[in-house]
Amino acid sequence: METQTLIYLFVGASFALYIGIAIWSRAGSTKEFYVAGGGVNPVVNGMATAADWMSAASFLSMAGLIAFMGYDASVYLMGWTGGYVMLALLLAPYLRKFGQFTVPDFIGTRYYSKAARVVAVICLIFISFTYIAGQMRGVGIVFSQFLDVSIFWGVIIGMGIVFIYAVLGGMKGITYTQVAQYCVLITAYMVPAFFISFMLTGTPLPQIGLGSVVQDGSGMYMLERLDNVLVELGFNQYTAGSKSMIDMFCITMALMVGTAGLPHVIVRFFTVPKASDARKSAGWALIFIALLYTTAPAIGAFGMYNLINKVDGVAYSEVEPFFTNWEDADLYAWQDKNGDGVMQYRPGAAFEGKPEFTGETGPSGERIVANAPNMESENEVYVDRDTLVLANPEIADLPGWVVALMAAGGLAAALSTAAGLLLVISSSVSHDLLKSTFAPNISAKGELLAARLAATAAICVAGYLGIYPPGWVAQVVAFAFGLAASSLFPAIFMGIFFKSMNKEGAIAGMVSGLVFTFSYILYFKLVNPAANVADNWLFGISPEGIGVIGMLINFGVAIAVASMTAKTPQEIRKLVDSIRVPRGAGEAHAH
Amino acid sequence: MDDPGTTADPGDFDEGSGEAQDFPAEPHSEQSTVETSETSASENAYWRENIRLLVSLMVIWFACSFGAGILFRDFLDQFNLGGYPLGFWFAQQGSIYIFIALIFFYVVRMKQIERKYDLDD
Repeated sequence: METQTLIYLFVGASFALYIGIAIWSRAGSTKEFYVAGGGVNPVVNGMATAADWMSAASFLSMAGLIAFMGYDASVYLMGWTGGYVMLALLLAPYLRKFGQFTVPDFIGTRYYSKAARVVAVICLIFISFTYIAGQMRGVGIVFSQFLDVSIFWGVIIGMGIVFIYAVLGGMKGITYTQVAQYCVLITAYMVPAFFISFMLTGTPLPQIGLGSVVQDGSGMYMLERLDNVLVELGFNQYTAGSKSMIDMFCITMALMVGTAGLPHVIVRFFTVPKASDARKSAGWALIFIALLYTTAPAIGAFGMYNLINKVDGVAYSEVEPFFTNWEDADLYAWQDKNGDGVMQYRPGAAFEGKPEFTGETGPSGERIVANAPNMESENEVYVDRDTLVLANPEIADLPGWVVALMAAGGLAAALSTAAGLLLVISSSVSHDLLKSTFAPNISAKGELLAARLAATAAICVAGYLGIYPPGWVAQVVAFAFGLAASSLFPAIFMGIFFKSMNKEGAIAGMVSGLVFTFSYILYFKLVNPAANVADNWLFGISPEGIGVIGMLINFGVAIAVASMTAKTPQEIRKLVDSIRVPRGAGEAHAH
Repeated sequence: MDDPGTTADPGDFDEGSGEAQDFPAEPHSEQSTVETSETSASENAYWRENIRLLVSLMVIWFACSFGAGILFRDFLDQFNLGGYPLGFWFAQQGSIYIFIALIFFYVVRMKQIERKYDLDD
């Protein structure tokens, strides 16, 4: 069968499955809408959390980042997994014992303050929208790459699917579709990885393959060989890093703490029956996540090795079809700067900016780019990093059904994360803003309707941001983690572990951490991007890692203010005592 | 409203307070001095043991990721694990495996501690 037919078949079948699950698991009550009824098996919840967590960026971009950054990309690998240890040990069981529906619920109740709740809602909405715009964009890109659908219609179709299962099913529908989506995405990720690992190293398991001898007759280990190949071409060693140690440290820490503070991840732990299940569930989630995260470094290294072998020193007229395919998609380009008809892949940019094709073809048959060549570098090849995972099956000559599986997997990753984010946005509006703050007399039915309307509105905003991405979207993803690390995480953590933390301290801490981190990122990413170099950074910490300083400021300010203001009321101390012990979580719902 | 809901459940495991707290709707009806003593000795001991366990596990968490993967990676890179330089392995593989082990160790150990103090759910 044609690859194109297979893609339609795989994507169509997976969509039918998601919609089927959505209809089977409609939400009938607010409790089902917000926390899937609170009776989800911890292993099932772990799998749903993994799908929720692994976004289009994890699926499509991460291996590409690793391939081009080598050791430096370890910040993402450790940062996006280590946060689960913090979740399991420091937050999840206590939040589950507390037993409400949302993160602002906890902050508002623990700090006996509507203001604290509203600050938390603002943080949550900001974090979630920065995140979701990227997901809808991912949906659009996969559609336009594989299905010959424009990004516009791709996003519209994606919105339609998410609408059906998020708005009808709420958390209940989302949980079970996410389980299906996890299965689709992990299969799509692992199958090509097994093939490629086996082809290059003779070991099908990529985690082992990356540490094995490469079968090209050199007798060298894979990483050693890659280091040599890259150094010969003038690149840094793959296993050496270029980031400073303090920056590596702070980015990793900011990503870990940010992960533990992301609302759409935290709410997943409200859905299991008991506090001890929340711990177990975080462990399972990390196992499911680790499957992809320990495979990604292998895909990155193998992809880089394949790319160099199949591109550098190869005459354009003899290059394999994958190169011209991606060139046709505007994502690869070759500019024959020295006019020898052979492609040179070297460090540095081949030319300035993204390729702008003139529509003419050059002497070797390549598509000519209008960009001004970068004469400081001998590099002639432009490769879009995000293509590495998607191009892998083609580079390795895998059969058409593997390519089709990749398309379905990329969509599953983007849709599952988008749905999880939409849910926290809609529940923070209907539950925290309406029910708990501005319209306390709203009926349960009215609240459910408001949640569905808020989800619909959020989908439209997300879709708009996906179709017309403002230039700053890619620039501000650092916001989501930095803000979660500097605002929500310390407030939740102190709420559990520091009994004497009062509302004045918590609010002052959240606001100062948030304002500091926000301004730092805003300045270096948007106001004055030219100044975004290590010399100008505070202590040499990049905007990606500054959330750590924001977090320390939050802790410092909160403790200082709390020591000078009124003591925590007695009933709040009692509440903290009660969330610290697991017994009794089952009956915690008062609604 | 959520406030009554959450203040209602501490009552479930208060020991020896004797008085029936049927309705948490009157927040000022309780004496604060009585309440502070309500955190029972076993709950305090349980919490202390939990904190001890947490601290030791977080030390390992820090050591395998920030320690082995970042701060001491140059030193560790002189050793190899198969074809992996050891520091690089910790940064891209090993720390993730250790994270999983830490969580499941905590799950098992906490269950034992909770049973010991009769506070499990």
